[in-house]
Amino acid sequence: MNWSKLNTLFPSRADQPLLWLLRLCALTAATVVLLILTFLVIESRPALRDVGIARFFGDRSWHPTEGEYNFMPMLSGTVYCSLGALLLAVPSGIAAALFSRWYAPASVAGLFRRLIELLAGIPSVVYGLWGLTTLAPLIGRLHAPGTSLLAGILILALMILPTIALTADAALAAVPQAYLRGAAALGLSRWGMISGVALPATRSGIATGILLAAARAMGETMAVLMVCGNVVQYPDSLFDPVRTLTANIALEMAYAMGDHRAALFVSGLALMLLMLAMVGAAGLLSRGRRYA
Amino acid sequence: MPEATAHSIAPLGITRDRLATFVIWSAALLVTGLFLWLISDILLGGITRLSWAFLTEPPFDAGRSGGIGPIIVSTGLILLVAIAASVPPALGTAILLAEFSRRESLFGRSVRLSLDVLAGVPSIVFGLFGNAFFCIYLGLGFSILSGGLTLACMVLPILIRTAEEGLRSAPDDYRLAAAALGLSRSAALMHLLLPTAMPALIAGLMLGIGRAMAETAALIFTSGYVDRMPDSLWDSGRALSVHIYDLTMNVAGGDANARAAALVLVVLLLLVNGAAMTLADRWRNARIVTA
Repeated sequence: MNWSKLNTLFPSRADQPLLWLLRLCALTAATVVLLILTFLVIESRPALRDVGIARFFGDRSWHPTEGEYNFMPMLSGTVYCSLGALLLAVPSGIAAALFSRWYAPASVAGLFRRLIELLAGIPSVVYGLWGLTTLAPLIGRLHAPGTSLLAGILILALMILPTIALTADAALAAVPQAYLRGAAALGLSRWGMISGVALPATRSGIATGILLAAARAMGETMAVLMVCGNVVQYPDSLFDPVRTLTANIALEMAYAMGDHRAALFVSGLALMLLMLAMVGAAGLLSRGRRYA
Repeated sequence: MPEATAHSIAPLGITRDRLATFVIWSAALLVTGLFLWLISDILLGGITRLSWAFLTEPPFDAGRSGGIGPIIVSTGLILLVAIAASVPPALGTAILLAEFSRRESLFGRSVRLSLDVLAGVPSIVFGLFGNAFFCIYLGLGFSILSGGLTLACMVLPILIRTAEEGLRSAPDDYRLAAAALGLSRSAALMHLLLPTAMPALIAGLMLGIGRAMAETAALIFTSGYVDRMPDSLWDSGRALSVHIYDLTMNVAGGDANARAAALVLVVLLLLVNGAAMTLADRWRNARIVTA
């Protein structure tokens, strides 16, 4: 129900001051996004004007003190880290959701879900600390220096796994019972029911979760900053250190001046626009999710 | 499940089914094992250093020894600023969305869209914005105020969404009864709907606090690094998460104290999230008015 249909019942002159106050609140909340975009654009304008977009891709490398502003190595770091993490986290996250819904005994399933929720709440700086002090030395024993693309991928995978598992779990929970009974009546095996009925029925829900997880992976700063080694380069192997766009901002904001600072804002603006596209796509996907 | 029939009809299918069971169980065990490893590492790594003195003393020697007293105070102040700045507009927006506008109205949709966008902004971008807007444009400098206000922008979407859901799930009977009694909507809100939704509002607030407390990247360039006891809100103050980051990355030999600080942070977060969940559960089960 909503009140606006009852307007005839309410002369409600008494409500007018409240309504204006509420509108003011909503306006404030809604302008925050515009404010952020405006300030990112204002701050990055010097770099867009003086350096130009082409040079962000065409310069020899990233040497901001010498006026070289190539973002590509960092962009490749971001893309490799996120893709690698998704490659690991998507199958295991979906498997975790299937486990808690159809494979685990009831008591275990509840505990397992609590565990995943717990992990979703651990702050990224703690993941980073663990990655740097426990995981990176282990990788370093395999191949120096340890802080590497691989460490970043593993930590990110661990961080986005709960997002994927929880959204997939929620999507699987919404599959109508009739579908599952139909599958059982047809004599499908458990896996037959999952692969033939449950997963196809939840495709868009799971895809939404994956998009959100991808957005989280690309926007993540602290964990990758702490475990990736932060060398500006195109990685040749999984054991090479890399620097991501987000880590680059965190590392250089402290002393960046002039065009350098503006260039960092450009990368922030690019990240935000990328995230907008992904969140928008996730929104469109979840809008189509309906069971007749 | 009908395994026996499946076996007699399709032996291949049953092998595939067993294989799937095996793969899913091992994935779940792997995930559980990894997470137990992570959690036990945090717990065991930090617990030896933990003491009352650690929680109250100031850090010495760049944090290698000493405690985290001033850092806890700064964290608390940053959170207070964030809550004080975000709760009023969030509550107002939620009330407007839930009670005074239709779900599909243009206004409601555009506000909701802008909040979805806000929820997707990466935290380091909040840091850039906070630095440019609060620290430099508004002239607040590196201060607890700048950090808190930046976090306030960040938690707005969580607060609004949970509050809106809470208000929407108050029974319509209450609204009809209030209308029948001739209450103004403001009065109905004050005396009926807000109290009904209160547990949901508080649960949402707890989630917001949890998110703000876990945040690091947005704070490095807004509230700063200074680890002294802050004198006022205009002082720079180091948040707990920033302290962990700094000890791990920039201070050689700071690992032990970083682990102890991480344990404190995780325990605080668990308490906050636990409170949020308990409240949300209670609110789902509660019925204010009995027949």
